[in-house]
Amino acid sequence: MEETADFVARVRAGDPRATARLISMVEREDESRLVVLKALHEYAGKAHVVGITGPPGAGKSTLTDKIVGLLRERGRRVAVLAVDPSSPFTGGAILGDRIRMQRHAVDEGVYIRSLATRGHLGGLSRAVSEASRVLDAAGYDDVIIETVGVGQSEVDIVRIADTVVLVSVPGLGDDIQAIKAGVMEIGDVFCVNKADHDGAERVTREIRAMLETAVLNGAVTRFSDLYTARAALKPAPRPLEGDHTSVAASDEGVSHHVTSQMSVHPGLEIPPVVSTVAETGVGVEELVQEIKAHEATLVATGFLRLRREENLSWELGRAAAERVLAKLEQDERKGSLSELARSVLDKRIDFYDALDTLESALVQA
Amino acid sequence: MERKIRVLVAKPGLDGHDRGAKVIARALRDAGMEVVYTGLRQTPEQIVTASIQEDVDVIAMSILSGAHNHLFPRVMELLREKNIDDVLVIGGGVIPDDDIPGLKAAGIAGVFTPGSPTSEIVAFIKGNLKRGS
Amino acid sequence: MSEMDDLKAGMEAYEAGVDKALSKFSERKKEFTTGSKSPVKRLYTPLDDGNRQYTQEIGFPGEYPYTRGVQNTMYRGRFWTMRQYAGFSTAEESNKRYKYLLAQGTTGLSVAFDLPTQIGYDSDHPLSQGEVGKVGVAIDSLADMEILFDGIPLDKVSTSMTINAPASVLLAMYIAVAEKQGVPAAKLEGTIQNDILKEYVARGTYIFPPEPSMRLITDIFAYCSTDVPNWNTISISGYHIREAGSTASQEVAFTIADGIAYVDAAVKAGLDVDAFAPRLSFFFNAHNDLFEEVAKFRAARRVWAKVMKERFGAKSPKSLSLRFHTQTGGSTLTAQQPDNNIVRVAIQALAAVLGGTQSLHTNSRDEALALPTEDSVRIALRTQQIIAYESGATETIDPLAGSYYVESLTDRIQNEAEAYIRTIDDMGGAVKAIERGYVQQEIQDAAYAYQMDIESGDRVVVGMNKFQIEEAPPKGLLRVDPIIGAQQTAKLHDLRANRDNERVQKTLADVKIAAEGSGNLMPPILEAVKAYATLGEICDVMRGVFGEYQQKVIL
Repeated sequence: MEETADFVARVRAGDPRATARLISMVEREDESRLVVLKALHEYAGKAHVVGITGPPGAGKSTLTDKIVGLLRERGRRVAVLAVDPSSPFTGGAILGDRIRMQRHAVDEGVYIRSLATRGHLGGLSRAVSEASRVLDAAGYDDVIIETVGVGQSEVDIVRIADTVVLVSVPGLGDDIQAIKAGVMEIGDVFCVNKADHDGAERVTREIRAMLETAVLNGAVTRFSDLYTARAALKPAPRPLEGDHTSVAASDEGVSHHVTSQMSVHPGLEIPPVVSTVAETGVGVEELVQEIKAHEATLVATGFLRLRREENLSWELGRAAAERVLAKLEQDERKGSLSELARSVLDKRIDFYDALDTLESALVQA
Repeated sequence: MERKIRVLVAKPGLDGHDRGAKVIARALRDAGMEVVYTGLRQTPEQIVTASIQEDVDVIAMSILSGAHNHLFPRVMELLREKNIDDVLVIGGGVIPDDDIPGLKAAGIAGVFTPGSPTSEIVAFIKGNLKRGS
Repeated sequence: MSEMDDLKAGMEAYEAGVDKALSKFSERKKEFTTGSKSPVKRLYTPLDDGNRQYTQEIGFPGEYPYTRGVQNTMYRGRFWTMRQYAGFSTAEESNKRYKYLLAQGTTGLSVAFDLPTQIGYDSDHPLSQGEVGKVGVAIDSLADMEILFDGIPLDKVSTSMTINAPASVLLAMYIAVAEKQGVPAAKLEGTIQNDILKEYVARGTYIFPPEPSMRLITDIFAYCSTDVPNWNTISISGYHIREAGSTASQEVAFTIADGIAYVDAAVKAGLDVDAFAPRLSFFFNAHNDLFEEVAKFRAARRVWAKVMKERFGAKSPKSLSLRFHTQTGGSTLTAQQPDNNIVRVAIQALAAVLGGTQSLHTNSRDEALALPTEDSVRIALRTQQIIAYESGATETIDPLAGSYYVESLTDRIQNEAEAYIRTIDDMGGAVKAIERGYVQQEIQDAAYAYQMDIESGDRVVVGMNKFQIEEAPPKGLLRVDPIIGAQQTAKLHDLRANRDNERVQKTLADVKIAAEGSGNLMPPILEAVKAYATLGEICDVMRGVFGEYQQKVIL
């Protein structure tokens, strides 16, 4: 291990090799990473962390590729973390998201890293979170996290990202179902990709309808609170300085998505639903504008800090629980858990007594 | 946590025959490795920068077009320019025996010709990693 | 009736006898399969014919559904075209090889282009480095094409060109060379591969996305139907799909699904099906399982005839009949004990002939090692000649017809192919299925299973995973001089300095206008070619308008 200070300096200078090494250490939970991560702590927090999630086959990688291209045109340095599943049988993985982004490989302003889930989605969210902070400290202005697109990872992305883009496509059949099942509340910007395919309009309509219902019912506070806060602002916030160096911001700064004529609730404000064709790039500029507008709103309303605070609390709690578990497993090697279990089985104490005993032991430790 | 072997599988040059590369990618995955697949028409520059960003232990390339004598050594040259000496580089494809000594001298550690079983490639990688596990 | 009862009784008795014998001596293995891993029964009898109606399903040569062949006299009329795919290095070198092949008795030329040419890059493009002249001849402009066919009268020879994404440009060059020889386009015979869909799934030399690519193809259909009427405007290719690892049934299915997509596109572009369909041709692989391969060719003809008749309402017999070129299976060749490949190629070539091919390329023994030498190419050609003149396979038509086994295999391949085609139809056709990665995934799964079979020893490849020997490295392989990249670049610089660059710019501008509009692209491309605009320049103009395809990989 090289000198920590030197390592830190190299990561901060954006040396891709040092950054890559550190992310590998994060992935394999190498204890020696901690001293480096601690040293980098004060430099992180500037990047806009964007999560891109949605079902497999939604075209997330192609979309990410196009988003990276547009952010580069704005002069921003961009990092991508692309997550693919590990095989549960062999532990191996094929990480193929990069294929669609390889045109950026030789652009020094872009860093792309593929991550495998390595069999534990909980641990993955920790690894992704740490890796994203590394990239943030390495000076990337935008960190895009592309999820594997199934189940827990979609929800965990909310705990890491400032802005979550939820991608749907027509023709997968179950995408709307997935949204109905409760994934919708994690989105900040909604994207209907492959908008040139049959059924795209229907998907868009259904998403809008669901968002309207959610807003009306006050069911999803993630965006309704934000819009209430924004409405209180005068004048409307503009996108962040430096965000739109080559492309002019929309006139109103933050676009207001007011439901169209097809809505039964005219005038109701819902999150943006953007149609894209990632293959050809159609609509991606608008999507990037919405992503940046969302960031601007977060900043202007103070919600960015709130959201990060919330995420950090969650992450801390989760990490603490992991530590406790690790501690318990350690104790188990000395047989203390088994001892308690035997007492419960023998009816000497009950389950809750056992739990209390454990808790006080942990607190003392 | 155990150290995963990470491999970049790439098709340098213009050759579009990727049956072999894809079969190798799957075989390496089934051997428990993490395979970053970069697809067709990769320049040596793209391969080397991707290998750095992905922090791979191995670069595995396949060429069937006969351009190996140009492209494989070019990858080695770029790695050397960046002072990278801990990545195992292997190549495969339609490669005449006469070319193999030259490729090895350039730093291609293993050269696999048609008919090489994937198990042999897996074993070679496991036995010749340049980084500690 | 009583004959059938006798047969059933006989079959039962036979099986009982076998069961008894098996209790003492088991067979060589538990499961017997074809080369494509379909189960094979111990014995085929008339019981396997089921209710098949001879006149409906098998019929007569040159008649619907063409199971027995597309001409009514087949090889009694004339042999297939012996066409050896060749080309390497410079136009000068390849020209010499063509003249050698013609002197040795080949009856048609087949041009192999190098990868930069196939992908529309000039030899001096950065991505061309190391590739110039490697897998075929480097053609940058009409000037190279003039040298390639120097001294070869284009009204006397039929020429097949393996060119896909930039097929219009190379066809235009061929037309322009012919014009200089005084041969009108209407007299030209030959084929361009022009099959972009299989490039996306199997071969990789794509340039543009599907939509403009399909338009380029239909433009060629339309142009040739009036101006180059004897030209095969496409060679819809299963060859590479099989090389990429598919099974025999998948080869038929995906090729015909691609064919359906092309016909669909042309019909949607307003062409009359019987105006262009007679010029559609096919290209298949021939692997080692003799009977399965013969059945595959027979099934392919039957499936296509039905598709054209029932789906597209084609009426001309030429629209209904599937004419095809065959190449023996490159992926079956071994680098180990390469002389064994001569035997493999002989079996594969026999399968193609028994399957009724219209033209044939036989691979050379050394192709798993390098480009073939002249000696190896001669043996490969001689293999065809021995089948033609000595084997007796050509004396009657479709000699394996009526074999209980072969007819049963033919039915099975037809059924499997039709099931795949229905699945692809449900996805919205071949283009959609490819965009989704479905076809690629099916092929890769088969390829991986094939490799694992070899590694487990379930599939024996003689000399490779069984019967190996220690052998010295082969000598005398053909090498392409790396200097030709520099030579081609120098030629290009001369060309650009000495041509009428104003005319080049004007004609390129016309190509751009046509590409942005909806008119036929062939005429402006022909003008640009005649002005000595390079292949790379013309393709760059189209890249600017059409964009480039991004590979769809599902692993």
